[in-house]
Amino acid sequence: MPVISIGNLVKTFGAIRALDGLDLHVEQGEVHGFLGPNGSGKSTTIRILLGLLRRDSGDAQVLGADPWRDAVRLHRRLAYVPGDVSLWPNLTGGEAIDLLGQLRGGLDRRRRDELLHRFDLDPTRRCRTYSKGNRQKVAIVAAFSSPVELYVLDEPTSGLDPLMEAVFQDEVRRVKQAGATVLLSSHVLAEVEALCDRVSIIREGRTVESGTLTELRHLTRTAVTVETARPVTGLDALPGVHDVHEVDGRTHLEVEPAHLDELLGQLIRFGVRALTSTPPTLEQLFLRHYGDDPAATATGAAAVPASPGPATVGASDVDAQADAPRGGAR
Amino acid sequence: MSALTGTTLLARLVLRRDRIRLAIWVLGTPLLGYALAGSVAGIYPDQETRQGYATTSASSLVARAFNGPIHGTDLGAVVVAETYVTLALIVALLSTFAVTRHTRQNEETGRAELLGANVVGRYAPLTAALLVIVGANTVAAVLLTVALAGAGLPLAGSVAAAAAIGGVGVAFTAIAAVTAQLSVTARGANALAAATVGLSFVLRAAGDVLGEQSADGTRVRSAWPSWISPLGWGNQVRAFDGERWWVLALPVALLLAGVALAYALAERRDQGAGLIAPRRGPATAAPRLLSPTGLAWRMQRGTLLGWAVGVAVLGLSMGVAADEFDDMIDANPAAAEAINAMGGGADLINAYLAAMLGLFALTIGAYVVQALLRVRGDEADGVLEAALATAVSRTRWLGTQVLAATLGAIALLLLAGVTTGLGYGIVTGDPLGQAVELGGAALLRLPALLVIAGVVTAIFGLLPRWSVALSWTALLVFLLLGQLGAVLELPQAALNVSPYTHVPAVPAVDPAALPLVVLAAVAAALLAVGVAAFRHRDVPS
Repeated sequence: MPVISIGNLVKTFGAIRALDGLDLHVEQGEVHGFLGPNGSGKSTTIRILLGLLRRDSGDAQVLGADPWRDAVRLHRRLAYVPGDVSLWPNLTGGEAIDLLGQLRGGLDRRRRDELLHRFDLDPTRRCRTYSKGNRQKVAIVAAFSSPVELYVLDEPTSGLDPLMEAVFQDEVRRVKQAGATVLLSSHVLAEVEALCDRVSIIREGRTVESGTLTELRHLTRTAVTVETARPVTGLDALPGVHDVHEVDGRTHLEVEPAHLDELLGQLIRFGVRALTSTPPTLEQLFLRHYGDDPAATATGAAAVPASPGPATVGASDVDAQADAPRGGAR
Repeated sequence: MSALTGTTLLARLVLRRDRIRLAIWVLGTPLLGYALAGSVAGIYPDQETRQGYATTSASSLVARAFNGPIHGTDLGAVVVAETYVTLALIVALLSTFAVTRHTRQNEETGRAELLGANVVGRYAPLTAALLVIVGANTVAAVLLTVALAGAGLPLAGSVAAAAAIGGVGVAFTAIAAVTAQLSVTARGANALAAATVGLSFVLRAAGDVLGEQSADGTRVRSAWPSWISPLGWGNQVRAFDGERWWVLALPVALLLAGVALAYALAERRDQGAGLIAPRRGPATAAPRLLSPTGLAWRMQRGTLLGWAVGVAVLGLSMGVAADEFDDMIDANPAAAEAINAMGGGADLINAYLAAMLGLFALTIGAYVVQALLRVRGDEADGVLEAALATAVSRTRWLGTQVLAATLGAIALLLLAGVTTGLGYGIVTGDPLGQAVELGGAALLRLPALLVIAGVVTAIFGLLPRWSVALSWTALLVFLLLGQLGAVLELPQAALNVSPYTHVPAVPAVDPAALPLVVLAAVAAALLAVGVAAFRHRDVPS
C-alpha cells in the first residue's frame, strides 16, 4: 500500500495555478526524494499533505486517510520539518522540542537527549537567539524524537554544516531501518543521491519524472568523445545520436543510452583509437529538468535553450523517450 | 559624514512604508483638534460658564489628575484642558511605535542586516526614522495650529498649544530612540517606551494634584513632579494664558540628548543585540507547558500581568476620586451631562462608578483584541503551521486562544471592579462591601467583551490577512460610538452596533438579564462562524 498517493492534484491561489495536475506516489519504507526548482510547488504539495491547505481537485491520500478530513488522526502518525522553521521566540529550544513532541502525541525522551547531543544543540537558549541552522536543528530533533510512520521533511538541511548533514543522513537511515517512510524535499543533490530510493521531479506544479536514480539516468544522454583512424561518417543517420561535431580531429556527440550499441557498431568501422564515454552527472540530470523551456517540452518543438552543458540539448526527443518502457537500454 | 550615508534614501523608504499611517496621523490629529475645539466652544460659550469651569477644574483633584492644570478662563484654555491629555497621549504612543517600527523591528526581522550590508552608515537607519517622525510631529503641529486658529482661537495660543502637543511627540520620539537600543525585541522596546508614557502620566498627575490653586481660583501652579514628566511640559507652556515659549525648549533638549545617547548606544552594541542580555532557560519543558492551554498561558502571562498592574492602579485612583466627584459636578453642568450620558442617570456617584466601569470594559476590550490577535501573529510568522502539523485540531487551537482571552478578560474586569470598590470604600468606610458590589457589577460587562472576542475570531476566520486592521477598527468604532455617540446625537440604530450600548450601566441602573443573554448569544454565533471559517480555510505560510 502506498504511504502517499497523490493523483492529478490541483491547487490555485487566485490566478496562480500552483499545482497543475501533480502526481506523487511514495511506497512504504522508502526514502523518496521530492525535487524541483524554487516555486515549482513542493511546499504547497507538502502543506496539502499536512492538511494545512485545501486541494481544489484531485486525489490525495496519506497513510490511507484523507489529509484534510483526518488531519489530527494522521498527525499522530507523522512528523514534519518545515523548510523555514519559526519557533516561539520566548521558549527555550528544549521547551519547543518537548512541546512539539507532546502535541504530536509524545516523544522518546532518551532519543531526544541523544539527538540533542549528536546535533550539538544547546537546549537552554531562547528560540529567538538561535541561528537559522540551530532553529532547523530544533525542528529536526523534535521530529526524529517521535517514533512515527512517516517523516515529511521540507528542505530540512538548509543551513546545516556538513558535519550535521552527516548526522542527519544517519538519522534518516535509522528511521528507514525501523520501517518508516520518508518524503524528503531537498536541493542538496549529494544528499538525495546518498539517501533516496526513488525521486520525483516536479516543475510548475506537475510531475515531470519519477523513478529510481538509475532509471532517470537512462533517460539522459551519454556524452561520447571518439578519435578514429579515418573520418567518421553516417552518424547523423543513426537513431538516438545528437549534436555531432568535430574539433581537432576528435568527434564529440551525445547518444541516448538505448542506442549506445548501434553507435559503437558504426564507430568500430572507422578504426577507434581513443574513446571516452561520460554518463550524465546528477547535476546534469536535474539541470535538464529544472532548466528546460517547458513549452518546448509540451509542444515537442525542437527548442534548444542556451543553457550550459550537453544534457540540456534537444529536450523534446528525450521526453518522448520517457513514455517508452523503462530500462530498455539493458 | 560617512556614518550618515544613505539617510535620505532610508528616509524615503520610511515615508513609502508608512505613507498611509503618517497621513492618518498628520491629518487626523488636527481634524480631531478642530472638532473638539468646536464642541467645547458650544458647551462653554460665555465668560460665566468658563469661569465656573476653570474654578471647578482648579479645585478638583480629579480634574487636575486627568485633565492637567487649568490656566485661566480663555476659551482656548478650556479647549486645552479638555483635549490636551488625550491628544498628547495619542501623539506620544504614535511616535513611540513609529520609532520602534523603523529601528528595532527592522533589526529583529533581519531587514536591517540586509540594508546595513549596503552603502549605509551606522547611524543612517535611526537618523532616517527620527527625521521622518520628528517631521511628522512638526507638520501635524503646524496643521493643528491652523485647525485651532480656524476654530476661532487666538493665534499665539494656537501656536503654543499645537507646539506643546508636537513637543510631546518629539520628546517620546527621543525616549523611543533609546528604548529601541535597549531591548532585543520590538515588543520589548515598545513596552519600555509605553511604560515611560505611563510613568509620565502618573508623574504629571501627581505634580498637578500636589500643585497650588492661584488666588483668583482659575489657575493651577503645578508642583515639581510635573516638570520631570514630558507629558507635563506641554501644560507648563500655558497656552492662551501668557505663553511661556521657553518651555518648548525642553522637548528639543530631550530630543538632542536622546539622539546623542541612542547614537552612543548604537555605536557600542552589535547589530541585533540589546543591552538587556537574553537569559538562558530550562532545557526541558515543565509538564504544565505541554498543551495548547499551557502554551497559551505562557504566551499571555506577561501581557496579562502588565494589564493587571495598570488596571489595579487606575481602579484604586478612580475609586478614591469618586468621593470628591460631587463637588466637581455641581459647578460643571457639561461634565454632569456627559457622565449621565455614559452612566445612564440616577444617583450621580453611581453614574460615575458605572461610567468608570464602562471605561474599564472598553479598555479591557483592547486586551481581548490584543490577546486574540496573537493567533494571527502566529499564523503570519509560521509558528501556527508547526503547531497544526501536530495532532492538535484547529478547533482546539483556536478555542484555547479564545478561552485564554476570555479568562484574562474576566480576571481584569474583576480586578477593575474590586480595586475601584476598594478605593471608593476606603474613603467611605466600607471597602469590603464596595469591592464585592463593584466587582460583581464589573463582571456584568463580560458579555460585551465576549462579543469583541467573537468579532475578532470571525474576522480571523474569514479575512485572516485583514485581522489586525479590521479588529482594531471595530474596537475603535465601538469606542467612538460609546464616547461621542450621545454628544453627536447619532441615531439609536447606529449606537446599537456597539455591544457596549446594550450593557446595563450597573450600579447606576438595575441589572437586566435579557440584554446580557442576547449579547452572549451574538458572541456565541460570531465565535461559531469564526471557528467554522478557520476550519475550512487554508493556513497560508
